[in-house]
Amino acid sequence: MSDLLSKASAADPDLEDDVLVRVDSLVKYFPVRGNGLVRRAVAQVQAVDGVSLSIRRGQTLGLVGETGCGKSTLARCIAGLIPATSGKVYFEGRDITNLSRRAMQPVRREIQMIFQDPYGSLNPRRRVGAIIGDPFAVHKTATGGERKRAVQDLMARVGLNPEHFNRFPAEFSGGQRQRIGVARALALRPKLIICDEPVSALDVSIQAQVLNLLADLQADFGLSYLFIAHDLEVVRHVSNAVTVMYLGRVAESGPGDAVYGHPRHPYSAALLSAAPAADPDAAADRQRILLTGDVPSPINPPTGCRFHPRCPKAQDLCATDEPALRTTAGDPSTHLTACHYPVAEGEILARADRRVQR
Amino acid sequence: MGLLEVTDLRVSFPTADGVVQAVRGVSFSVERGRTLGIVGESGSGKTVLTQSLLGLTPGGQISGKAMFDGVNLVGLDQKSLQKIRGKEIAVIFQDPLTSLHPLYKVGWQICEMIRAHDKSVTKAQATERSIELLGHVGIPRPRERVNDYPHQFSGGMRQRAMIAMAISLGPKLIIADEPTTALDATVQAQILDLLLRLQQDSHTALLMITHDLGVVADIADDVMVMYAGRAAEKATKRDTFYEPHHPYTKGLLESIPRSSAAADRLRPITGQPPSLIRLPPGCAFHPRCAYVMDRCLTDQPELQPVGDAGEHRSACWLPAAAIGLTDHADELRTQAVEMARGEKAAKVAEAIAEAPESAGTVIA
Repeated sequence: MSDLLSKASAADPDLEDDVLVRVDSLVKYFPVRGNGLVRRAVAQVQAVDGVSLSIRRGQTLGLVGETGCGKSTLARCIAGLIPATSGKVYFEGRDITNLSRRAMQPVRREIQMIFQDPYGSLNPRRRVGAIIGDPFAVHKTATGGERKRAVQDLMARVGLNPEHFNRFPAEFSGGQRQRIGVARALALRPKLIICDEPVSALDVSIQAQVLNLLADLQADFGLSYLFIAHDLEVVRHVSNAVTVMYLGRVAESGPGDAVYGHPRHPYSAALLSAAPAADPDAAADRQRILLTGDVPSPINPPTGCRFHPRCPKAQDLCATDEPALRTTAGDPSTHLTACHYPVAEGEILARADRRVQR
Repeated sequence: MGLLEVTDLRVSFPTADGVVQAVRGVSFSVERGRTLGIVGESGSGKTVLTQSLLGLTPGGQISGKAMFDGVNLVGLDQKSLQKIRGKEIAVIFQDPLTSLHPLYKVGWQICEMIRAHDKSVTKAQATERSIELLGHVGIPRPRERVNDYPHQFSGGMRQRAMIAMAISLGPKLIIADEPTTALDATVQAQILDLLLRLQQDSHTALLMITHDLGVVADIADDVMVMYAGRAAEKATKRDTFYEPHHPYTKGLLESIPRSSAAADRLRPITGQPPSLIRLPPGCAFHPRCAYVMDRCLTDQPELQPVGDAGEHRSACWLPAAAIGLTDHADELRTQAVEMARGEKAAKVAEAIAEAPESAGTVIA
């Protein structure tokens, strides 16, 4: 694999052994075009603005954040589905940013995606066997009877009846369709699977089935996952490390227990306090931090810290200086927060004092 | 005597494939100032149940009784229903983008609601009232925003506008059908907070339909868990979460990833909900139930009192004392099952055990 890659790409200068993917200051802007004849770009949607992260072999990185924070755009840049504006993506130490179609082809075998909507991501007019067999056809790795056998093995592996090979997606339930998506992603034995809200459309009992399946596959094949979801409890359950994004930037990242146990960024703290817990006593005891207002537009994001207009403890500095990601005293070195005034142990944000003009 | 008393409500839809039995004999009541959470998965009948009360299920065959403030809503003519809808019973739907008309200003849509029920209100008065309402539900600068179109509002603001519309006529009952499902966590927290505050201020009854047990844990007083068109369990919120009796409720609770048990394996309910056209005989949950007994295959259980308090009811043949998520409760369940599981039920149980949630052989 690595010799296939070496032709087209440069080596990662900061390669660590167990890091599968490293993203370095990735930026993705989408132009907003005017209505004139030339359709000149009149503004930029700053969807992802300088995000760095790494995904370790055999581990799961959870990516959380609200609608419009850029998590799906980031995932698509990593998978090479859309070109990055600037920054680098390293896969197994090789730079795979903006490779040509041809050079990207072997990399695509290694990085697969599972999408949110099990209804929209499967072609309703094709049989399940053909859908799951597509990766073999595209990469010309198996044909005829061999392909059929491989597809049926995959179906059995993800908990589908291999005899249902000839059925159409419409004949399956939502959970089963998501299993079809998983089988398709698994076909070429990738090293990384990007799961973009894989269980959001499923009912809780089915959601648990699919989460268990993903965990089993990770253990069996040593897969790495980039797991995107808005359900914080689901992300905590599956992730080794968690990255919290807000408006195109990383607000906080670190080991799951650290981020969930002691969120340092006021946004992470608010997000965690807002997540509904299926436990009435916990819900009653919780100090909920209610944020005011909505997420600002990524076309014209706030200066300084992007969270400052909604932050319960913003000061003047936050409006002018952008905070860098750094470790708060007392935290493990991998727990990074981009905040001038990180939340202290035992601090009650719901009663924080705000000293900046809105 | 509750504000809304529903008795043995049944709704079915005749289709080319057969009769879809969406709701199969559900009874419940809601009092003023209280919140009843109706929980269930897709297809459990929770939405049809409430929509049928308001005559919003065209083609549905409805039977049973639904007494609202002394009036039976079942079989009521459209004209009388129209007077109740919006004014006495307001509904907040899941998707605020499709429930607001995209071509009319938000303020206009609230005014229309007010004037449809009271013709004596002038346009100017209605506009003033909608500005006041928008301010009340937390929309900043309501005097300017009242002239915005729905697309100029964010998702959270649209849902606030829907709530403003729902409370505009001071309804006695608000039905909220998955009101926060389409929203982000921080916005969801804002909306739930708002609903709870409005409900407490005006002493309204709230019917909260959701698939999210977290939402129920937050704002409900009582909970009804639905499965395949019937109530599986009815209890106070605390009993539902800490002393569940029905294996389905228990299964739902165990399916949720919880922070306390991070990295543990989840325990999903195996299989899938049944088709509402071809329902299994006996208890509809038996093909997925780990505690299946002979009786479950043939006899459909009714809601029976369980536990200590009379309020807690469950539709399950397991002994009434077997409540909770403790080992002791599980022992009681297992003992009961050992006594009452014959050859037929053993076969079903075997099939459940042999259908692992992520089956298959490992291929290298």
